[in-house]
Amino acid sequence: MHYFISPVLWQFLVKWLTHFALFPPEASSIAPYADALYFFLILISLIGMVAVAVLVIGFSIVYRQERHPVATQIEGSTLLEATWTIIPLALFMICFVWGALLYFRIYNPPTNALDMYVVGKQWMWKIEHPGGQHEIDALHVPIGRPVQLTMISQDVFHSFSIPAFRVKREVIPGRYTTVWFTATKPGKYHLFCTQYCGTLHSQMIGWVYAMTPDAYQAWLAGSTSGSSLAQNGERLFASLGCNSCHSGKASARGPNLAKVYGTRVQLADGSYTTVNDAFLRGSILNPAIHVTAGYAPIMPTYQGQISEDGLIDLVEYIKHIHTNERIQQTLNTAEVQGTHSASGTGSKAQPQTAHAASRMVNQ
Amino acid sequence: MSTIINLPDQSTAKMPKRTYLNNEYGLKSWLLTGDHKRIAILYLISITFFFFIGGAMAGLIRLELLTPQSDLVAFDTYNKLFTMHGIIMIFLFLVPSVPATIGNFLIPIMVGAKDLAFPKINLLSWYLYIIGGGLILWALMAGGVDTGWTFTTPLSTHYLNTHVITAGMAIFVAGFSSIFTGLNFIVTIHRMRAPGMTWFRLPLFVWSHYAASILMVLGTPVLAITLVLVILERTIGIGVFDPTKGGDPLLFQHLFWFYSHPAVYIMILPGMGVISEVISTFSRKRVFGYTAVAFSSVAIAVFGFFVWAHHMFIMGVSNYSALVFSLLTMLVAVPSAIKIFNWAATLYKGSITFETPMLYAFGFMGLFTIGGLTGVFLGSLGMDIHLTETYFVVAHFHFVMVGGMLMAFLAGIHFWWPKITGRMYPEGLSKLAAGTTFIGFILTFFPQFIVGYLGMPRRYAAYPPEYQVLNVLSTAGASVLGIGYLLPILYLTWSLKYGKIAGNNPWQATGLEWQIQSPPLTENFVETPVIDHEAYDYDWLAYKTKHEVQTVG
Repeated sequence: MHYFISPVLWQFLVKWLTHFALFPPEASSIAPYADALYFFLILISLIGMVAVAVLVIGFSIVYRQERHPVATQIEGSTLLEATWTIIPLALFMICFVWGALLYFRIYNPPTNALDMYVVGKQWMWKIEHPGGQHEIDALHVPIGRPVQLTMISQDVFHSFSIPAFRVKREVIPGRYTTVWFTATKPGKYHLFCTQYCGTLHSQMIGWVYAMTPDAYQAWLAGSTSGSSLAQNGERLFASLGCNSCHSGKASARGPNLAKVYGTRVQLADGSYTTVNDAFLRGSILNPAIHVTAGYAPIMPTYQGQISEDGLIDLVEYIKHIHTNERIQQTLNTAEVQGTHSASGTGSKAQPQTAHAASRMVNQ
Repeated sequence: MSTIINLPDQSTAKMPKRTYLNNEYGLKSWLLTGDHKRIAILYLISITFFFFIGGAMAGLIRLELLTPQSDLVAFDTYNKLFTMHGIIMIFLFLVPSVPATIGNFLIPIMVGAKDLAFPKINLLSWYLYIIGGGLILWALMAGGVDTGWTFTTPLSTHYLNTHVITAGMAIFVAGFSSIFTGLNFIVTIHRMRAPGMTWFRLPLFVWSHYAASILMVLGTPVLAITLVLVILERTIGIGVFDPTKGGDPLLFQHLFWFYSHPAVYIMILPGMGVISEVISTFSRKRVFGYTAVAFSSVAIAVFGFFVWAHHMFIMGVSNYSALVFSLLTMLVAVPSAIKIFNWAATLYKGSITFETPMLYAFGFMGLFTIGGLTGVFLGSLGMDIHLTETYFVVAHFHFVMVGGMLMAFLAGIHFWWPKITGRMYPEGLSKLAAGTTFIGFILTFFPQFIVGYLGMPRRYAAYPPEYQVLNVLSTAGASVLGIGYLLPILYLTWSLKYGKIAGNNPWQATGLEWQIQSPPLTENFVETPVIDHEAYDYDWLAYKTKHEVQTVG
């Protein structure tokens, strides 16, 4: 056979017949639900297409001019209009309800998810694990455990997509978005940026490695960078001087941050809000519009002073403050150092320490 | 209640002595004309020019995607190609395609008027279109734009060095051409109907143009404002969309899609009007459920304004607003289904012949049904998460816009070609072109649904090798499609001189435009017509034909 057609085409056909896929692998707990809806939608489409095809082709054969030279004028039929209004509407409503249920399943995260952070930038994905492991264009996740990604972009819109998991979410500058999934099958899956983001948009791709829990633990242990995100955050918290106001002392000028994450607080304008990642990030960058009731709006903005990675460290740190003991300790140390520096070379040493700390955080 | 209609003997038909084409000669008589028919011709020539530029870019895109690597053109070039392809095809071809050419030519004739309400504004709208098109060409030759036709901020405002401002201004100007066309249609349809031409005696072509005009007039200014904000943010750095200045990048998405979703209906509604006329004529039967088809156009226009956020389901809008927009998206699918079924029912007990316009209309029905139903996939919230921003979306909107709208445009061009030029196109070649277009189209875009579900993102110059097979199919289909689009240009140009003389009413159609000479007089009607029958009244036509034969004989 391949003597008669081009060898390139022959190779191509062989490859096609042996590797032809209609569906991406089902590798997350969501994928079977998404595929079920997909099959239902295909079924509805087939019904619709067959109905239209039968009518058009059937009438074209039966009522072609040779067979039916005289047209019979018909004005219309309210009953038929109602039929083809109500039946499609009913089918579309099923698609709507089913789709909505799937949407809420995909975007409402479980509470026990493993948190990871994603920073998108032209043209790479940076992924940070709570233990401080960093990855570029790769994401290692354990199977059988929900993983929640909190994502932000450092520049333009990106979109984080893992087709094998059937999840995708826009990664937006200046705002956290989240996506979660539970991987079910170990393997290596595509990770794409699906929102056009400039020259190398098509190169902003990577791999997701779904691993057994043991293999994941081994990977974590082998990839550690020495300090966790929260530890980086703690250093940044001290070096930026956050602790001088957010000390948790009764006389402190800023609110107590211990165990504040996840609680409801009242703002200066009287409204209530839940303290989540987005609120914490907003409070650091735009303190003036996030003032907690009972406090003076004296906090300066940190816009442009902390990178998105640094902000993630701070948020992760604040999430994990359970007591103010260490904050006050650091503060005392700083005060002690401060008194020393008045008479020595400390004034020069301290900014250097702060700088070093923030450099570590930004690595 | 039945009619027998025989096609007239075309060998006896003669070209009328005086027509809109020969009452004046010279370039000036065209460039300064107020005649809606001449302006329609000007538009037809200009949009065809831009269609082939946009089409050439599509060809280069498909060639690049033949292989998984980025090898034919550089990454930046590829990005510019799909951006310019989108901008040209949407703003310079699809939006003006049917309304500014066929609509411009026929709306006044169909309502029984001598011209549109504002002939000079009509001419102005063509000049604005040309200025817009010229700016696009300038941007193209100066190095192109690579924002994507969606101009997503902050990419378009802060991160690109290309000719975003020129392209933005071009679309701003071209937008006003669209607003003026819409305004002209609305006023003409309201104020200039002939005596006896009530709203429910209007052809459905006029109804669908009325609905589209409302969208043009109300939607386009929002796009204009959005582009001005983008230009201001780029030039003087106001912080409307930039989050570091307190702006909101999602605001751009809301504003942009508030126009650009209704724009989809601006593009498709006039095409639906063409299909109503063609199906009725070649089944020799009135359109089934006239009122349902007429009001479904209005329903599409109204609902069309309240579905824009379905482009943003994954962008972190609130889950509950996503719910509302998904529901409304499902509702907007219903009027389209009503239309399809009414067209199918029009065939019932008709006397059907299969001239080229009818073949294109069947092509429209098939491809638009697939395009519409795959829209339900995307409107269904959970499914949209997986499908949005992939080739599934690309395939979906090409099925609607190219499969639907371009088929309708070609159906209309062939259908009214005898009226516009006074000559017939060659039937055999044009049937071949219709078939080629249909097959080429399916081959090009159907594989993209599959590759989209597999996860291939849109706007990728390079892609994982496992997607190659489907991309090769798509590229092969595009070359067939290209032939299908080149053929009409050749034989329609040929027919201008060598085509058979058409006569007044070669299709024995009922529309007012078919009761006057082809090509028409500059003033359309010798005397103001008085309408005493509904649209698609074949009994009236039979009576009139008989009566005429008696007077002549």
